[in-house]
Amino acid sequence: MNAVSTLPETAPKLSHLRQLEAESIHILREVASEFERPVMLYSIGKDSAVMLRLAQKAFYPAPIPFPLLHIDTGFKFREMLDFRDRMARQVGAELLVWRNEPAIAAGTNPIALDTKRCCGLLKTQALLDGLRHYNFDAAFGGARRDEEKSRAKERIYSFRDSAGQWDPKNQRPELWNLYNARIHPGESIRVFPLSNWTEMDVWQYIHLENIPVVDLYFARERPMYVRGDALLPTEQSFMALPGEKPQMVRCRLRSLGCSPCTGAIRSDAATIPDIIAELISFRSSERANRVIDHDQEGSMELKKREGYF
Amino acid sequence: MTTPLIESPFSLDDFMAAEQQKDLLRFSTAGSVDDGKSTLIGRLLYDTRSVYEDQVRSIEGKGTTAPGQLDFALLTDGLRAEREQGITIDVAYRYFSTSRRKFIIADTPGHEQYTRNMATGSSTADATIVLIDARKGVLPQSRRHAYIASLLGVRHLLVAVNKMDLVDYSRERFLAIQSDFTTLLDQIAADTGNPVQPHFLPVSALLGDNVVHRSASMPWYTGPSLIELLESLPASRHDAAAPLRFAVQRVLRPDASFRGFAGQVASGSIRPGDSITALPSGRTARVARIATFDGDLDRAHAPLSVTLVLDREIDISRGDLLVSTSSPATITTDLEASLVWMDAHDLVPGRRYLLKHASHIVPATVTALDHRVLLEEDAHHQTLDHIPAATLSLNQIGVASLRLLRPIAVDRYRDHRLTGSFILIDPATNSTVAAGIVRSAQPIPASLAAHLATSHSGPVSPRERFLRWGHRGAILSLTGPTSIADRVERALFHDGRVTLRLNASQESSGSLAAHAASAGLLVLLHAETDSDSLTVAVANHSLTVAEEDSLTRRLETLLADAGLLHQPGLNEYEI
Repeated sequence: MNAVSTLPETAPKLSHLRQLEAESIHILREVASEFERPVMLYSIGKDSAVMLRLAQKAFYPAPIPFPLLHIDTGFKFREMLDFRDRMARQVGAELLVWRNEPAIAAGTNPIALDTKRCCGLLKTQALLDGLRHYNFDAAFGGARRDEEKSRAKERIYSFRDSAGQWDPKNQRPELWNLYNARIHPGESIRVFPLSNWTEMDVWQYIHLENIPVVDLYFARERPMYVRGDALLPTEQSFMALPGEKPQMVRCRLRSLGCSPCTGAIRSDAATIPDIIAELISFRSSERANRVIDHDQEGSMELKKREGYF
Repeated sequence: MTTPLIESPFSLDDFMAAEQQKDLLRFSTAGSVDDGKSTLIGRLLYDTRSVYEDQVRSIEGKGTTAPGQLDFALLTDGLRAEREQGITIDVAYRYFSTSRRKFIIADTPGHEQYTRNMATGSSTADATIVLIDARKGVLPQSRRHAYIASLLGVRHLLVAVNKMDLVDYSRERFLAIQSDFTTLLDQIAADTGNPVQPHFLPVSALLGDNVVHRSASMPWYTGPSLIELLESLPASRHDAAAPLRFAVQRVLRPDASFRGFAGQVASGSIRPGDSITALPSGRTARVARIATFDGDLDRAHAPLSVTLVLDREIDISRGDLLVSTSSPATITTDLEASLVWMDAHDLVPGRRYLLKHASHIVPATVTALDHRVLLEEDAHHQTLDHIPAATLSLNQIGVASLRLLRPIAVDRYRDHRLTGSFILIDPATNSTVAAGIVRSAQPIPASLAAHLATSHSGPVSPRERFLRWGHRGAILSLTGPTSIADRVERALFHDGRVTLRLNASQESSGSLAAHAASAGLLVLLHAETDSDSLTVAVANHSLTVAEEDSLTRRLETLLADAGLLHQPGLNEYEI
């Protein structure tokens, strides 16, 4: 330890959030400079909100040099769509929306199908079609490695073959801050600038930076179908069991997905400080209220192999 | 679930203030399948309360441990194939924090792909935990792990002697291993040139001794537990006293009034008024502003991402390195580097690879392999012996000479981690094939450096050269037999191109080629091989010609695709 203490200590200590911010901005700039047609997947949630702010910072005072793309399943909360349009206008970014219209018209929903096939059509297929339609060669996503076990192995630049698929056994090694952006025509890279952020980091950053987020994250009295511990949103009428009536519950959403598959949690956290306080006390992981991840052991990994984020 | 467990009233301001005092430590782990590495990480996460209840519930009653005992390895083994095989296959990243610090763990596997994965995990690590099975002592694999950590410049090696419960918590056993390992580290540091600080501790990952809590079973050990050690190591080596290194990632020019150079401070710090030099051009300017979304800064230090505005217009584009004028990097086309080979296809000396360094890519060839470092023992050699080699295969490490087709500005890895490292990319498969660690760099001749510094604004501009010759200068890499290279030269000459033919294996051909290309010539840099076709490559475009193929039209297309037939516009040096 003696050898170490003689190192100059002149650098002011940089908080972990500022270090994460600097790393993410470096990634955003690399992608914007090395790819011909990058796009930012904007999912309207808290991680997208942070990613969008980082993009503003990365290119300031120039505008964000790529469009935002929202994959709309048709099952997003109304508040999310209003928020999305408002944010895009505020930031001055071009907003593209892609939907799997044939599947939506055919009445695809997670009750009629299982959640796995519903996600496959409305999320994964829509995403692949949208990326192909616009010919994007790189797509930013807000996924974090702390979310789920298979995400822990994801690269920052995640190579996808011409079918958009991920091969966990054949990933490019990623050393230092040197990213390999080379691809053949038809192939693409998914880029995760928030890879090293945790859920706590994201909320702290939102608080410090005053970043707007959708009101669904905050505790309000909301009508819910109450089934044991589970609180299911009433956005879609097909969610009701025969004779089931919604009850008013003080609750909030911890992560935002499609309304049929995103359960709410009972909560009194009505402000960001409340949410951070609640997070400290939490004993369950963030995606525990997402129906899709625990359908099947390893289901996130299977979906990623097929092209999901 | 909604009742906070923390003290009431909770003060967010106090909490956030404490959080903002936390810094970040990145560490990697190494060990082989049976060393208990996943168990150690799982134990670290569990004992620091960094796992959620649903994650603990999901592993209860599973795994290979005794009934009622959690198999902590299951908390960290992520992928489906791993669960089936019971091993970790790839680098996995974990996050946890204590009241003092946030941690990022790069958890790397210890089996056959260990070199590639360990090098990856170590490249960003401030510290590495090496696990040693107390029953087995220092094995060849421990030597490899320590070597790779040292090669990748990890400062602190935390040597965890694990499974102490299986050797009756023997102090003698622990001290013997410590002594063996210390001798080994001296040898390793002499080879890699990167000194490593070791810290030894006796642990039982399974039972939790000295992981988070001090062990009651080993009163003879009075040092810190693993987590106490991790909390007290100096954090990321962002040394503000080091000379400035700033790779330009992008030129930001939203309107005529603003021209800024966006990048991340790789080392050192910078203030408005400081003199910087842009490499490789050698032009100098002063910093006028440090611009950020949150307002101008009066100082930026590593690792901040900022945008620099200079006091005068000089040609700077993506790939340039801005350095402190008083302590510049070395401009070079000839490097000696350690290579960690990461691809299933062997290294081919003389073949063209793409070298990515800081924020730019240049074509490069390996001109000679000095030696290979033996990572496995055989009948005649010991681990870490140097042996002669004609190539490098997957997961092998060697020392090589490289020649670059354009000059870049580098540092020795031991001095600057980010400007002393590079990766090699196979231009055909686009795979990342090697990690490179700069051991030394041959400075290019002063005359050429001076030329580079003036070529953009010298008496003859690139535009005038273009108008004279009808094409821009460039280096065309020719790989193949001489007979076809002769035909390519002939065809270009016939078409009115101004060419210069150089032999790629000739001393200083790289710098000469760069010189001639900047004067507007099409330089044919020929690497002779025995194949029956020849590849012509220029600026990400390439063409393969066989003996009988017609050439003129195809060469014309290649030059057009590479942008050499377009008149250089005002943005010629922009990205």
